[in-house]
Amino acid sequence: MNLHEYQARDILRRHGIPVPPGDVATTPAEARALAEKLGGKVVVKAQVHAGGRGKAGGVKLAKTAAEAEANAKAILGMKIKGLTVQKILIAPAAEIASESYVGIIVDRASQRAVVMVSPAGGIDIEEVAATTPEKIHRLAVDPRYGLLAHQALGLGFKLYGDVKQARAAADIMQKLYGAFYAVGASLAEINPLVTTPDGSVQALDAKISIDDNELERRPDIAALRDTSAEAPEEVAARDAGLTFIKLEGNVGCCVNGAGLAMATMDLVKYYGGAPANFLDIGGSSNPQKVVSALRIITSDPNVKAILFNVFAGITRADDVANGIVQATTEFALKVPMVIRLIGTNEAIAVDILKKAGFSALTDMDDAVKQAVAKATGKAA
Amino acid sequence: MSIFIDESTRLVVQGITGRDGSFHAKQMMAYGTKVVAGVTPGKGGQRFEDAVPVFNTVAEAVLETKANTSVIYVPAAVAASAIFEAADSGIELIICITEGLPVLDMTRALPYVHERGARLIGPNCPGLISPGKSKVGIIPGSICKPGKIGVVSRSGTLTYEIIHQLSTHGYGQSSCVGIGGDPLIGTNFIHCLAAFADDPETTAIVMIGEIGGTDEQQAAEYVKDKIKKPVVGFIAGQTAPPGRRMGHAGAIISGSSGTAAEKIAAFQKAGISVMKRPADVVPLLKERL
Repeated sequence: MNLHEYQARDILRRHGIPVPPGDVATTPAEARALAEKLGGKVVVKAQVHAGGRGKAGGVKLAKTAAEAEANAKAILGMKIKGLTVQKILIAPAAEIASESYVGIIVDRASQRAVVMVSPAGGIDIEEVAATTPEKIHRLAVDPRYGLLAHQALGLGFKLYGDVKQARAAADIMQKLYGAFYAVGASLAEINPLVTTPDGSVQALDAKISIDDNELERRPDIAALRDTSAEAPEEVAARDAGLTFIKLEGNVGCCVNGAGLAMATMDLVKYYGGAPANFLDIGGSSNPQKVVSALRIITSDPNVKAILFNVFAGITRADDVANGIVQATTEFALKVPMVIRLIGTNEAIAVDILKKAGFSALTDMDDAVKQAVAKATGKAA
Repeated sequence: MSIFIDESTRLVVQGITGRDGSFHAKQMMAYGTKVVAGVTPGKGGQRFEDAVPVFNTVAEAVLETKANTSVIYVPAAVAASAIFEAADSGIELIICITEGLPVLDMTRALPYVHERGARLIGPNCPGLISPGKSKVGIIPGSICKPGKIGVVSRSGTLTYEIIHQLSTHGYGQSSCVGIGGDPLIGTNFIHCLAAFADDPETTAIVMIGEIGGTDEQQAAEYVKDKIKKPVVGFIAGQTAPPGRRMGHAGAIISGSSGTAAEKIAAFQKAGISVMKRPADVVPLLKERL
């Protein structure tokens, strides 16, 4: 789950990291009031989960409160990469002497949280990694001891020659590491970390992503989710305990297990079709999950055929069969459905489907070929 | 022969009285796995299915039953704790089926397991099976056949699909290992490839990867340098869009890294025969054996 910049700034502030003042607004009037409170020049920034906000016109400077209100009016409601801006951040326009980068991610190779710093801040770190990788310094942190003072200071000196600034940056890194574990982050970035003309070090912009697996035990963080910034069908799927990602094709896929779901999508393409979605009904699925899955798939007008591919293991085939039958009693499917279902409790499942007038295939290739044919209107 | 588990495997099931734990404990017993103990705190002293003693702690289970392997079916919020407990109790092989473990829990659990000399398989994995000998986890025993092909996979149900293809065409398996779809896992492709290379009865290896990370690329390098046995590979996620987590926490293309194309190229460079679809596994094995 991605947090907005203003939410990430709040988290940093609560962990003692110096963040310039500023607050979020949802109307031009609120923006004006905040700008008046801050006084002086302010920056109005769109709060959407997309990079390149500045280039898209979602970040504007304002010399007066009236100008801030006008900017807010222009930015609120604008679309950036398909996402409508509903919130803006009003912050003082800082005088900047230098920009650097500090970030923490979980590294798969070292199996640890890795702190990354770069004196080339203010731009996308992936761009820095691609063009000037020597400007990025990394340190894998031993989780038993956390980020130690001398390690943080060593990284601080990679950013600043001045010992005071290096110490300030080191302190920020240690606090960011603390915040990383405290909120269950998978990514925490300060970009840019700036120095001001008077020499102080501050976090100007922040980005935090939370590991979705942390949300159940952190209701305060889960409450930060902004569902208005997400596709409605993906929100519905998550509420139903499903993983759903919408794609552009016309074969609606309903599969158990992420790997098989991807392989099914790939096979749809192999046979000349295009998958309409990724959908994993997960393990231990109950019939209700299958009903929800079918409801979500059939709500997409692009879907011309539905393909079930279930290889039952921890998911029981009879649960899936019951779900399919239950769904068809609750709403009309409107498009043809091809069911492939084998594994745990397969015989019971086939029986349930047969009684309701459905048949089930056992071969994955056969099922995909039939579904593609039905979606494209050609013979299999 | 087989890798990691065989007739000497003495299994303790952590979470044996839960919905999934009890269902799969019965399946494992029916398959012939030596399920010697179960653990559910507060239910110590009971017997599962009138046969398997249940203990409050893993330490007690190990002391009383000489269990050497554990399988974890407890909820995600307490799964890391179950891994710590198993490692602390002298269990040598820990298989964590539970999905949804916070990644930061794994940054702490992995060094803990490693320092105690134990091996963790998973989390978020289907476990493993050495057909005809032992099964630990949730892979349906009915689809497997004893034989000479070693299977290692990041996926669950996709692994079943491949095993099903192998078995129905007469290719039995020495062992099938599901290593899990999370970004941080205890046992990776290279660990399994090394074990299959050392297993005299494994004649060929099937490796099933997916988008995200660089484990497959590193495994391909390892195959090129160290593995003399034929290897057939598959990568799932050719149609996956970048930047989206495809169910598995580890299955995400970040920027331009971790794509299926990149992994397939690494496989081909290492001399691994690459399947275009799961049904290609048998024809490719035929070519290589």
